[in-house]
Parts: sequence; C-alpha cells; structure tokens
Amino acid sequence: MLFGQRYICKNGHVSFNGSTPLENIEANNHQAASILDASTGELVFTVLIKSFEFKQALMQEHFNENYMESDKFPKATFKGKITNLSSFNFTKDGTFNVDATGDLTIHGVTKPITIKGVIVVKNGDVSANSKFIVKPVDYNIQIPKLVEGKIAKEIEVNTDLAYSKM
Amino acid sequence: MNFTMARNLFFVLALFWLNLGLLQGQDLEKLLDEAVDEGTNYTSATFKSTRIVTGHSVERMPKGQLDFRISHRFGLINSGAYNFFGLDQANIHLGLEYGINNWLMVGYGRGTFEKTYDGFLKFSILRQSTGTKTMPISLSYFNSLAINTLRWEIPDTKLNFWNRASFVHQILVARKFNERFSLELNPTYVHRNMVATELDPNDLFALGAGARMKLSRRISINIEYYYVVPPINDYRSEKTYDPLSIGFDIETGGHVFQLFFSNSLAMIEKGFIGETTGNWGNGDIHFGFNISRVFNLSK
Repeated sequence: MLFGQRYICKNGHVSFNGSTPLENIEANNHQAASILDASTGELVFTVLIKSFEFKQALMQEHFNENYMESDKFPKATFKGKITNLSSFNFTKDGTFNVDATGDLTIHGVTKPITIKGVIVVKNGDVSANSKFIVKPVDYNIQIPKLVEGKIAKEIEVNTDLAYSKM
Repeated sequence: MNFTMARNLFFVLALFWLNLGLLQGQDLEKLLDEAVDEGTNYTSATFKSTRIVTGHSVERMPKGQLDFRISHRFGLINSGAYNFFGLDQANIHLGLEYGINNWLMVGYGRGTFEKTYDGFLKFSILRQSTGTKTMPISLSYFNSLAINTLRWEIPDTKLNFWNRASFVHQILVARKFNERFSLELNPTYVHRNMVATELDPNDLFALGAGARMKLSRRISINIEYYYVVPPINDYRSEKTYDPLSIGFDIETGGHVFQLFFSNSLAMIEKGFIGETTGNWGNGDIHFGFNISRVFNLSK
C-alpha cells in the first residue's frame, strides 16, 4: 500500500485511579479517541475531561471545576510516536510490546512522556493497552492542603483502545 | 511516447506527488478532531449549591446524593453588644434533601421560624448546554408546601390542618455566562391559606434575582434579592420589606459553607418572601451561615 494505513478509535476506554485509604477516587471515560498511523508510528490521542464519570456526582463536579478546570482546558491529549515500530508489523496477528514517546498535555501543561504499552493485532484489527503514572503536581493541578491526604500523589491511568481501519 | 503523453504523465505524477505531500502533512490531531463527534456539553456548577443564599438556585442534587443542610440565622446585628450582636439568639433550619433521579429532587425540613415543617420538589426542565444540543439557559420548577405549627392560642376556635399551609411556585431561570459569573431570575408565586388579618393578602407575587461571582476556585460571592410586588391597597397589618442577602460560598471537599448577611429571619421561600420585617436601611441585619454536607447513597 502506498499510503500508510491509519487506524482510528472513537470509543476508547480510559480510567484512572487516585485512591487513598481515605477516599476512593476512580473515574471512567468511554469516549477517548485516537488515530494511529501504522507506517510512521505516529499516534494521537485525545480525551474530553468532562466525559470522565465518577460514582459520586459531586466528586465529578469538583474534578472539573476545581482541579482540571475543564472549561478552560477541555481536553487531555497525547501526541507522539511509537519508537520501536520496526520490531513488529500490523499485517500479522500477534502481541507486541511497544514504547510510545511524545508529549502529554493535561490541564494546559505539556510534558514529555514515554508510555509502555501492548498492541494486539488480530484479523487486521488493532487494539492497544497501556498503563502509566501521572503526577498532578507535574501538570500544575493544585490540591489544597485540607484534602492533600485524600488524593494520591501518583495517579494510575489505564487506556484500552480498540482501533479499526480508517 | 510523444510529447503530449509525456506532459500528461508529468501532470499525473505531479498531482500524485502533491496529493501524497498533502496527506502526509495533514496533522493527525486535526484529522482526529474532525472524525470525532463533539457531543453535548452540559454546563455544570452554575451555582455551587442548591441555594443561591437562602432561596433556591437551578442546581439540583444529583441522583442518589443526600444533602444534609444545617442553616443558622442569628438575631439582629443592631440589637447591640448585650445580645452579642444577635449571636445570642439562633434560628435554625434543618433539611434533608435528595436527588431521586437526574431531573427531580425532593427535600424535607423543619425551621424554628413559626415552627414550620416544609417539603419541596424541584424539577430540572432545561439544562444549559453547547455542542450538538445548544441551550442558552437552565430552567427548573420549584414547588413547596409549608405548615406552620405554632400553637393556636385563640380559645374556642378550631383550625383545620390546611389553614396553616402555604404554597410556593417558582420558575428558576439561570445562565452561567462564563466560568466566574452566573445569573438567575426567579418569578415566584406564594399562596397563604390563612393570613394574620383580613387586610393581609393571601397571594403574593415576587421576582427574585440572584448572582454568583467566583473569587477563586473555591470561594464565590453571592447576592440574592426578591422584589415583592406590593398589594394594590396596602393596609397590611405588618410592614414587610424585600429580602436582600449577600454572602460567600466556601467549598471544601464534600462541604459547602455559606456565610452571609440578610434582612430576613426565615429560611424558606414562604417566610423570607412574605414575612421579612427587617430593613437594611435601619441596620436590621442578621448574620447567618449554612452548612451543606453531601452523602453519596448510590452504589
């Protein structure tokens, strides 16, 4: 094929967990979107902050209003590249460990990051899973002293994306 | 191969190359934005709590959330140092309020003022949104019933239960103009089954206005005023004033604290719209505070 095959995912699942013994803080988002270019390894990923769903509606409101300021910064994005693209191909079924390096933008702050993930190719469809850590302090997300003990310093983020050909 | 063919081939190749270049140069992020439907973005937190100061805001308790509200209103500030500027006397209103689903909340309360029991329903009818569905305002309907349970002190007369009842109907219309500023207008109708004298009106009409201005991420200043339409022939047994309240919302995790000054003593619509006897001009001001603690009852 002349142009690189691109894969798209519109309803990816992203969850995060910032729980502490004092408070259970978990949220799910089923509207993550991503495009992956199989020839260049380029990868973009966006998620609307307001689409994160919490069990507690009030926590969700605080997450948007006080921490993420989602009216000002509606999206989180990752723009990067799979660096070890040569070690596998998209035409054969299999499971591959991948490294993606790029820029992660959350709350208006952009930081370089390397994310380790797993890509599974099956019958031409591609799915990608990854797990990484985000520190709120790195992205200028202020946590007041009063609730400091309730929110984890390191938030574990899980992504689960099922791509189809574009 | 003649010249024309060569030229055509050149153009085809040139177009092809151009096309390739364009496709490759296209920003994947833009492509993604185009491919993904934006959806409807509902405005959240037009007000921080279900009250602006004393009166209701368009906000509703979300499904499965229980709000325990403790509202205090102290005595008159101008009652002097002997009464510790009103803090010696406290009026209290306790309320339990719950979100049944994502458009209806119910509440039940008991207040010191006239030993009143009250219950209300609040329906969310429109929600401000942008995106696929666009709606410039949020609109709710509020309905309450209050029962005065002060002892009936006139001998040899009997009152039936509904004589002590009063009803409030309100349309709450609000818009969050930006992240910091929200405004609300509340056309209100109050009906009192029984009033003090024949000259007092049973029906009252009022227009409430409330605003919220965020000072920081967790603190906002709130103002609330109700214009009560005066009766045509005003021979009321007691002069009442329009309620005006100014205060701060302070938010900490699951709590919202509201600290404010108001000329009304009552903490429910029927009371502060119809029975506010304090006048700001005379310094008849009460200090008050509300504590709202939200519990999550849903799984």
